[in-house]
Amino acid sequence: MESHRDVLITEVALRDGSHAIRHQFTVDQVVAVAKGLDEANVPYIEVSHGDGLGGSSLQYGLSLTNEMELIEAAASVVKNAKIAVLLLPGIGTMPELKEAASLGAKMARIATHVTEADVSPQHISLAKELGLETVGFLMMSHMAPTAKLVEQAKLMESYGADTVYVVDSAGALLPYQVKERIRGLKDALTINVGFHAHNNLSLAMANTLAAIEEGSTRIDGSIRCLGAGAGNTQTEVLVSVLDKLGIQTGIDIYKMMDIAENIVAPILEKPQEITKDSLVLGYAGVYSSFLLHAQRASERFGIDSRDILIELGKRNVVGGQEDMILDVAAELANAK
Amino acid sequence: MNKVKVAVLGSGNIGTDLMLKLRRSEILELTTVIGIDPNSDGLKMAREFGFETIDTGIKGFLEKPELADIVFDATSAKAHIRHAKLLRDAGKKVLDLTPAAVGPFVVPSVNISEHLDADNINLITCGGQATIPIVHAINRVQQVEYAEIVATISSKSAGPGTRANIDEFTQTTARGIEKIGRAKKGKAIIILNPAEPPIIMRDTIHVLLEDQVVDEERIITSVNEMAVQVQSYVPGYRLRQRPFFDGNRVTVFIEVEGAGDYLPKYSGNLDIMTAASVKVAEEWAKHKISKVTLI
Repeated sequence: MESHRDVLITEVALRDGSHAIRHQFTVDQVVAVAKGLDEANVPYIEVSHGDGLGGSSLQYGLSLTNEMELIEAAASVVKNAKIAVLLLPGIGTMPELKEAASLGAKMARIATHVTEADVSPQHISLAKELGLETVGFLMMSHMAPTAKLVEQAKLMESYGADTVYVVDSAGALLPYQVKERIRGLKDALTINVGFHAHNNLSLAMANTLAAIEEGSTRIDGSIRCLGAGAGNTQTEVLVSVLDKLGIQTGIDIYKMMDIAENIVAPILEKPQEITKDSLVLGYAGVYSSFLLHAQRASERFGIDSRDILIELGKRNVVGGQEDMILDVAAELANAK
Repeated sequence: MNKVKVAVLGSGNIGTDLMLKLRRSEILELTTVIGIDPNSDGLKMAREFGFETIDTGIKGFLEKPELADIVFDATSAKAHIRHAKLLRDAGKKVLDLTPAAVGPFVVPSVNISEHLDADNINLITCGGQATIPIVHAINRVQQVEYAEIVATISSKSAGPGTRANIDEFTQTTARGIEKIGRAKKGKAIIILNPAEPPIIMRDTIHVLLEDQVVDEERIITSVNEMAVQVQSYVPGYRLRQRPFFDGNRVTVFIEVEGAGDYLPKYSGNLDIMTAASVKVAEEWAKHKISKVTLI
């Protein structure tokens, strides 16, 4: 089924949502969601551990099911949708990317901190060699000024990326900041520009619309907000809003609503909402997947989880530094 | 006591830091610094200190092999593969600070005694030097099923070689955790943090034991003793918190501050490599001298 699409949506619930359910996805859940999304004509579906290939760890949380099984299962039930995988160099390695490709992944998203794009050339070139559509994913984009972001995006373009994303991992960007960043990339790059939001400040939709207005044509969403922190731009809502704006995504709105209600909602341990902790993630500019780790550290050390997150923000902790949560919580507890 | 003569191959940041550390050694005598750029900082400094300098690389050194018995190779993995063969043929002992891994892995506080007669040893990675001692310290009390280390270093201390080939770090470190730390399975993660001022190298070691922790205090004592041993050659090596215990899980937090010789103090990741290699060379030298005395 080929359809006209002004904006290409990547559904991230089966990757980013892994954080929200402590990496407990089962094959049955992934198959049901992927099959539904494919029938609703979603073009890309990302499947991986929340921290990307190889993310299953004591540091981030062990996966209940090996992600390779989940990738294979998802790839085997989709007819038109392409399965995407995420890889963070330093966590995931090239052998894992090869394995994912051999199991049916068609798109690789290579993610680095916004200032560290030069750790990605090997993985981007390998993805291209494997014939995968390749995306450079600049995380924690709020932590660098636009000029720096542009410089790093150009590096990814030079390594061979087909698309570069502005990733608001902390859900900390405000709409004017998103506009400035997307415009900067559109002016400097010849490849596609994408945007990935988190809803910690209730701005995921506003930021996504701002990004599309500035020319972003690749957009991430998570159905029922099944993503880290307060979740991402809610996909079924986004496609409805874009439809009202006359922007074609090619996705069936009614089917998306049904999957959200009947398949995804029961997967969530509790409904996604902006709790005090997810609000603080956006407010303090902290990586969204720190949420549940900070809540556990809060219980363990008897420290307000908000104090832990604010302190982590002050220390400019970047994505992946989950070990700092325990370290900082212990320090705060010792200081009391 | 006669000192053992050594040379440093590579006049970049690592080679220059080595030069400053070797000047302090009571057992090793640095005679020569070998580079390929006569105008490099390292060769200039070496000339000022009065060391012999060679700016034609390994070839120049092989013309005067009497200058050193031990060579520190701080070039690149690719170059080391060539150097290793040439230096072996010339009868030199070689410390490999590159990721080439031609010789056996050595962490001085863990397994140096097994490799005193080796002619080429590899220092694994900075993350390996910092964390394998802890895995080993836990494993000597209770069998480690799985060990995972997370090394966080400042962006400024990660050179272009590390960045362009970051899988080499994770894969080599994981192998070292298994082979030298003796965990049944190892995993390594590296994170670069661009904060200013640069952060000091931090490492977290997460371990799963085969069974529930039997004796927390014995593990803590073993880890503390190991930290003291590492401190003997890396004074800025510190445990940050009391280790955490949870069922069969142990977590240890450390930080590594450099000595600030040539490299800035925050780059403990680079310092622990140069300091460990000097420690290995000193052990080699002691071994050599004791053998000579026996004869």
